[in-house]
Order: sequence, then C-alpha cells, then structure tokens
Amino acid sequence: MSPAVRRAPLTHLDALESEAIHIMREVAAELERPVLLFSGGKDSIVLLRLAEKAFRPARFPFPLMHVDTGDNFAEVIAFRDRRVAELGERLIVASVQDSIDLGRVVEERGPRASRNRLQTTTLLDAIAAHRFDAAFGGARRDEERARAKERVFSFRDDFGQWDPKSQRPELWNLYNGRIRQGEHVRAFPISNWTELDVWEYIAREQLEVPSIYFSHEREVFSRDGMLYAWREGAELLDGEAVETARVRYRTVGDMSCTGGVRSEATTLDEVVAEIIVTRVTERGETRADDRVSEAAMEDRKKAGYF
Amino acid sequence: MSDQGLLRFTTAGSVDDGKSTLIGRLLYDSKQVLEDQLAQVAEASRRRSSDGALDLSLITDGLRAEREQGITIDVAYRYFSTDRRRFIIADVPGHKQYTRNMVTGASTAELSIVLVDARKGVLEQSKRHAYISVLLGIPHIVICVNKMDLVEYREDVFEDIVAELRTFLEPLPVEEVTAIPISALDGDNVVVRSARMPWYTGPTLLEHLETVEIVADHPDDVAVRFPVQWVIRPGAAISWGGGSAGLAADPRAVDTDYRGYAGQLASGVLRAGDEVVVLPGGQQSRIAAIDTFDGELDEAAAPLSVTLRLADDIDVSRGDLICSPDQAPVVARELEAIICWMSERPLRPGDRLSIKHTTRSAQAIVVALDERVNVDTLEAETGVEAFGLNDIGRVRIRTAGPLMCDPYRTNRATGGFVLIDDADNGTVAAGMIVDAR
Repeated sequence: MSPAVRRAPLTHLDALESEAIHIMREVAAELERPVLLFSGGKDSIVLLRLAEKAFRPARFPFPLMHVDTGDNFAEVIAFRDRRVAELGERLIVASVQDSIDLGRVVEERGPRASRNRLQTTTLLDAIAAHRFDAAFGGARRDEERARAKERVFSFRDDFGQWDPKSQRPELWNLYNGRIRQGEHVRAFPISNWTELDVWEYIAREQLEVPSIYFSHEREVFSRDGMLYAWREGAELLDGEAVETARVRYRTVGDMSCTGGVRSEATTLDEVVAEIIVTRVTERGETRADDRVSEAAMEDRKKAGYF
Repeated sequence: MSDQGLLRFTTAGSVDDGKSTLIGRLLYDSKQVLEDQLAQVAEASRRRSSDGALDLSLITDGLRAEREQGITIDVAYRYFSTDRRRFIIADVPGHKQYTRNMVTGASTAELSIVLVDARKGVLEQSKRHAYISVLLGIPHIVICVNKMDLVEYREDVFEDIVAELRTFLEPLPVEEVTAIPISALDGDNVVVRSARMPWYTGPTLLEHLETVEIVADHPDDVAVRFPVQWVIRPGAAISWGGGSAGLAADPRAVDTDYRGYAGQLASGVLRAGDEVVVLPGGQQSRIAAIDTFDGELDEAAAPLSVTLRLADDIDVSRGDLICSPDQAPVVARELEAIICWMSERPLRPGDRLSIKHTTRSAQAIVVALDERVNVDTLEAETGVEAFGLNDIGRVRIRTAGPLMCDPYRTNRATGGFVLIDDADNGTVAAGMIVDAR
C-alpha cells in the first residue's frame, strides 16, 4: 500500500471536470455513433481535453466534425488542423459552401449577409449522412437564457428540432439516451461551466487556443457597437470605415457574425483577469446572431442549431 | 477565485412567493448580472409595468412561452460565484402540475431553499416543497420567509411560520433546517444584513450558502461505490504498436494490453492496493492502479472520474460495480421504492418499463402500488389503482437482471433510479430505493 497522501480538496474545476468526463463516457456507452463538434473555439478545445481525459490511452470512440461556413478565421482553421493532427483523431469537415452548391440553402445577400443561419442545414445534413445519433457540443447554460433550460442530453426529433416544452426530466446523473432511428441527442458535457470556468481550465491545463483569442492588430469596422473583422468582399454601410485596432475575440464564430473587443490581453492570465472584471456577457458583446430578437437563440435552437 | 468547491442548490416556491426575484437578487447583489443582461431586463421591465421599476425576476426568466405567460415552466440552471464558493442553482417552478420538475431540480441539490410569503404563511405548496426536498435526500433545508417588508419586519410573524414548518418537518429524516427572514425585493438578509430586523442574529442567506458543509467535504463517510461506465482497451480499437504504460497523451504510443475500468467514483474513497469485489459477479481483486490522464493517483475520492486497473485478469464490463468486500451493497432483483410518476400516461400494477440505475439498465415490472403519499398532509393512501402525473408513492418493482442497491437514505447514487417507457423512450419516473433484496 502506498504511503498516505494528503488528499487535496476537490476544487470546483475538479468537480466540473469529473462531471463532464462522466457525461462523455455515458454518451459513448449508450449511443451507437457519436460525433464531437469541434469548431476550434475555446469551448470545443476544452471538450477535446475532456475527451482525452475520458478515453486515453485509447483513441476517442468517435470522430470530430467541424461545420465550416467558409467565412472562418484562417488562424482558427490552421489551429483546428494542427490540433487534430496532434491528437491523431479523425476530422470530418461539413461545408456550408457545399450546401450552397447543392442548392440545399441559399446564400444571403447584402452588407449584413451571414452564413451563420445556413450552418443549421449543413449540420443536420451531415448528421443524417453519417448516421450520427449523438453530437457533443460545447454549449454552456450560462451563455444565454434559452440554454439555461436545456438538458445535458438534449433530445432532437427526426427534423433535428428541439422542443423546450417536452424535454425529458433529467435526474441525478442518470441520462436517458434512448432514441428512435432518425432522432439524435445533442450532448453538452460542459453545460454547468461558465465562461470564466472555461478560461480557468484552459489556463490550468495549459491548452493552446487560436491566436485570435489574444490581443492582436486587425483591420476592423464598427457596426451596432461591435468591431467586425474586415475581410475581402465585406460590404460596408454608409458611415462605416475600416480602422486598425488592437482587439481580441471572446468567442470564435464565423467572421460575419463575431465581433472583437478592444483588448491588450496577450496572455491567458491577462484574459482571465479581463473576464473577471468584464461587465458584458460574451454573447451580448460579440455575437450579432443573438441580437436579432429577444428570443433569437431559442428560435434557432428549435430549428436545430448547435 | 473560489476553490472551496461547488454547492448545488435548488429553490422552490409558489408562483408569487418571489422566487425569481430572490434568485435575481442573489445574482444582482453578488455582481453576476452584466450590463447587457441588465439592459435587457430594464427594457423588459419598462414594457411590462407602468412604473418601470427594475424587475429582478426577469433576470432568470427564460423561454418565450414563460415571458408570454409570466410563469416559469421548467427547471432552469443558474450560476454564480463568490470568493468562497461556486454555486449552481436549479430554479424550479412551484405549480402543482410541475412536481416532476421539483423532483428533478432537487435530485442533484445539496441544499434547498423553501420560500414562504410572510403575509400568506405556510401554504400547502411550501410543505410540498419541503417534503420533496427531504424525500430527495437534500441534507440542508433553508426556510426563507420572504416579503418581511410587507409584515413590518415582525419577529412573531417569522417565528410562527418557522415553528409551523419545523413541526411539519419533525417526522422527516432531515439533517439541518435553517430559517432566515428576508426581503428579496429590497435585499434584506439576502446578501446584505438587514438593519430593519435587529432581532435576527443568524447568517444572511449568502453567508449560509457559502459556509454550509457539503458532502464532498466528507467523502469518507460513505462506503465506496464505483459503477463501471466504460472499459478502456486501446488494443481493441486500433493497434498502433508502441510500449509505454499509463495514459499516454498520444494514442499511438500506447500499451495495447492496457485494460482500465473507467467511471466516476459515486461515493467513498478508493486507494491503490485496496481489496475490492466486482458485483454482481462477486470476483475479488485488488486495485493495481488509479489512472488519470494526468498520472496515477494514490487515492481518489468521490466525485472524481478515474480509470481503475485491477491486479487480476477478471471479466469486468459496463454496469458492474466495484466496491469494498466488507461494505458491499445488496445485489437485488426486487425493490421497494418511492417513486414520483412523471408521465401523463397512468402507471398501473403489472406495467413493464426499463429501469436505469447507476450505469446499469434492466427490464422491470411494477408489481404493486402499495400506497400513494398525499404530499400536503403526508398521509398514505392505500388501495390505489393507478398513479397519475406527479403522484408520489411507494411501489414494488421486480427486475429482469440484478442491480447493486443501497437504500437512497444512505447513498443517493446507488439508491436512485429512473424508469423509462420503452414505447416512447420517455423518462417516466424517478425512484428512490427504500429496501432491496
């Protein structure tokens, strides 16, 4: 028997980590064909580390999948491919451009055009084509009001839709993963984490994140109080002008709907310090897609969004 | 930042007890409501009321249907932290028809706030919440007598309400009851001590939440229970060759003979070298190693997720339970349990369902409905032909396969189960084992 080692008290991050690992193993055990949605963003970076903790030294019992709008930050795509190669896991890329080319969706036009909404079709088509019955996502309940009520195992009907009024009761840590053919489960291992937890975990685990999360110089234009990255082909509205600013991103989405914040934070510790004193939620500050209406997220989730 | 762990608590209250206002107050006073959320709430407050006063209840008001109907229809989870602790709130509605949500919210909570409106006194609703909290094994009950501002902060009003609820709770196995007079609207005794109730000398609600003892502080108090979730066998998936042992970061450099039993320690403390028994088979072995991605541990305490290696080459699979030989649970096929029925479809004796218990599932028959509890009076009704939605009562269940059971009172993880309807895959009941054989 080993000499007695003083047991360190479990921190809240330890508790959240163990819960998330438990959820991942339950999904792997109870569903036939899971997939992990990896965007290269900080939440799915945490999911990958949790998957390592849950399944190593074996390979992950599922592939990774990225829904690529074609408007993603180049730094993020490069990071995504590097991380996947390091892990030795398999990545599937589902492309919104392919959905457009196949006539499944129609591209929006004009200065406010975004491929954000189109992703839902691409995602659901990919889930159907690969016959996935579970998709891990990095959504957190603190992000938004509709998400605050979503289950850890969130059931989707055969149209990929979420019905907030008929969710299965979720008791203790006994998750019900039973589905019929064509239906699937979205599983959210970090449901109970906050934005700050995610950053503290990234710092604790020394996880690499894409460089756009740190302060950098970028050509941006201001719209609706947010700083959007200038990119080739973007249309400006009257009065908008491109300027160079030091920004970083709090979320990583499509360039067309994700705004940067002015920041000088260049290290993980500085980012964590900034989050602690921030006075605006991450989606409120940086995501145009949630600003469309008071219930924007709820409507998109019902339709099958992430 | 806080490193004194995580407290999960639930709030329950009638529609007008001010539950949403209380949670809004906790979040607002602990500076967890950010500017854009506040702007949304202020905007909504202006639209909804004539005086436009900031309505804190709107902070937690989630889905559109709720906003339209002005009610909370489902369990919502809220997060906040102080320098001392991180909190998860299961915010549960108080209507009778949503008893199932109350049970759901209570299932993971270690503390329950029972809200009482000081003007109305103890309603049946408050008793029901208190009863369900105790039934679900929550060790700490906090009676928050709210709206003290509307009864002139009178001590006698507070004391009468507390006495009545304490009497109601008397026969129930509750560990600790704390009572706090508050005004969620004005914030008295929620985060900031009230100058208007000098007669109250106990903690504010937040002080109590920050200091109450949580189960994770005493993992040694409960016997070891490790339900196996998943068997890790790198060799089975793909063989990359290689040789080093342990949980290597790179799956290509892995020991293909590796065989680890992954799971979350449900209770107790496990140490490398411990003698264990694997149930239901009954094979004995010894813990060869407690693996994690970050290296081997000498010991692990609940609720840590780990991977165990055993000294002997025995057959272990998902659904098996690893525990200590001298404190083993009952391997049972017949359960006596209290269930909360959560489906519109009534439950009748003879109904066949699936049971999910720890990481194990089995077919089950509900052999008998012994009695139904009137949750307002706590009286037992016998001769019941069926359970309807939100009924709570004692049943007998027979299972097709063995389950490793503890009474729910002694172990929430190995004492709790859900029932699933095979016809529509819905979760139709939450169950708490009273006795098993």
